[in-house]
Amino acid sequence: MHRKAREPSVMTRFIFFRTQQALVTVFLVTAIIFVIIRLVGDPTHLMLPPEATEADRALLRDEMGLSDPIPIQYLRFVGDLVQGDMGTSYRFRRPALDVVMERLGATLLLTSLSLGVGTLVGIPLGVASAVRRDTVVDILAKGVAIFGQAAPPFLLALLLVRLFSVELRWLPTSGYGSFSNLILPALALGWYSAAGILRLTRSSMLEVLGSEYVKMARIKGLPAHVVIYKHALKNASLPVLTFMALQFGILMGGAVAIEAIFAWPGVGKLILDSISNLDYAVVQAAVTVSALIFVGLNLAVDILYAIIDPRIRLG
Amino acid sequence: MVDETGERPRHVDVPVATGVTDTSVAVKAGQRSTFWLKKLQVGFALCVVLVVIVACALSDVLAPYDPIAISLGATLQPPSAEHWLGTDQLGRDILSRIMKGGQVSLLVAFTAVFLAGVIGGLVGVIAGYVGGVFDAVAMRLADVQFALPAVILALVLVGAVGSSLFNLVIVLSLANWARFARVLRSETLSLRERGFVELAKLSDASTTRIVLRHILPNVMSTFIVLATLDIGIIIILEATLSFLGLGVQPPYPSWGTMIADGRAFLEQAWWISIFPGVVLILTVLSGNILGDAARDRLSPTLSTKW
Repeated sequence: MHRKAREPSVMTRFIFFRTQQALVTVFLVTAIIFVIIRLVGDPTHLMLPPEATEADRALLRDEMGLSDPIPIQYLRFVGDLVQGDMGTSYRFRRPALDVVMERLGATLLLTSLSLGVGTLVGIPLGVASAVRRDTVVDILAKGVAIFGQAAPPFLLALLLVRLFSVELRWLPTSGYGSFSNLILPALALGWYSAAGILRLTRSSMLEVLGSEYVKMARIKGLPAHVVIYKHALKNASLPVLTFMALQFGILMGGAVAIEAIFAWPGVGKLILDSISNLDYAVVQAAVTVSALIFVGLNLAVDILYAIIDPRIRLG
Repeated sequence: MVDETGERPRHVDVPVATGVTDTSVAVKAGQRSTFWLKKLQVGFALCVVLVVIVACALSDVLAPYDPIAISLGATLQPPSAEHWLGTDQLGRDILSRIMKGGQVSLLVAFTAVFLAGVIGGLVGVIAGYVGGVFDAVAMRLADVQFALPAVILALVLVGAVGSSLFNLVIVLSLANWARFARVLRSETLSLRERGFVELAKLSDASTTRIVLRHILPNVMSTFIVLATLDIGIIIILEATLSFLGLGVQPPYPSWGTMIADGRAFLEQAWWISIFPGVVLILTVLSGNILGDAARDRLSPTLSTKW
């Protein structure tokens, strides 16, 4: 079974199987979200002035296709979806997908920067913590991890605002556009993933450091830092890579509150506003795009993983 | 898949480093030197959890003030002998509100973890044991939950059904059942091939009986570990929803809404947000420490990530 993984046909089958599985997942996400947001309520109440009659509303519902049965509505939605049309936002009077894509950049900037912060803090601390296990370094690193995993990003954001914006007046409390606006949101969001990355790097490194080939490399007389960074970290980084793809989804969730706090014009804040305004099309488009990104990222990492490490079970 | 030695093969979706090995060359010395630290941690966590649970559960008796009584003569007071943790913009006592808010937050979190665990656990065990269509459908549904960040899924759900306490519990468990399902499914898959299950099958035990008598007791320890680790996650999720105004609604206080209340007063009255925040962090932190300790003891091979 292990040997077979090197044959191209198995790999192709694996990629095909995982891709198809990912597509099914995204398809199911759209269907489930579609049904859920149809439960929300009648958007015509918000779209028409309060003096509008029931007949006016019925006319509008017909026009928007809301009076058809939900399965018919969904089929129409899927038909439009494959053509890249996710409906029209009644609030912005523009295609919902355009509204989402406009905001996507801000969210991706925030999340990738946070992941960057998480990686830059998490991996070196995780390595140091594993190499100097049970020393002060290790205890401090564990403290960082335990605290980071217990503090929700929105709370950390408030603490940072209090310290850096209110007390020290170094950084702006909110806004978007300049680099100084980026620092606090990225730190607040990045801390949480730093904690997870640190923990996993540590346990992964400990495992690799205990393996025979690392002992062998040391016995051969290679200096410790070469063994740690070249031999051990390279192998320990595989699970960390998968974890980072998962982190990205968690960061996108955490971004909702962070965007709300820092008035960050991203997808998270858009979803929040669109839910309270019953803007169906935008919620649907935003959730679909989030799911596509997250599922796509995990698919990419899985495939990459299978290519790098032929030992893993395929299919 | 049948293991002659009776060792359970682990089925992990993604290969991942699990736990800590004791064979590391670099770190042989001083291995046990932090053992006392771990004990100290667990002791600390137990104390925090006990104090928080007792203080919140008995808040109606123990709280020094009425948590929702507005007192316009005593607004925004800093911590003092009278109000240990100060008062908020409506003159309500922060300590009393933290206790009452904790009652709501913890009740919602515990119920949601229980519900998520029971639904996810049963789905996972049945999917693992029965397989077939049920398994396929259940696992695709789990994929859906994993494909969306919990906050976003919960936001959309709450937006749809409204945020009563009851709905909140349902939404939180719907956003968290899949981890239980996946982990317990793979446990069941390996248990199914074990000798004692084969024997039970040979002696004509019904599927229900095998699942109830042989599978469930054996996945219980994993279930407990998962549930303990999940409590912190759900407390944070509930606080996030409440912070965004879609969780626990007034007049009930909750930790998340209290933190949100204090946002506008971060400058003049930091204590409104910070104290509930500190209690939230301490509670989640202690829950996580206990969860880790439970994992180390009950199922050390369980991966830290899912």
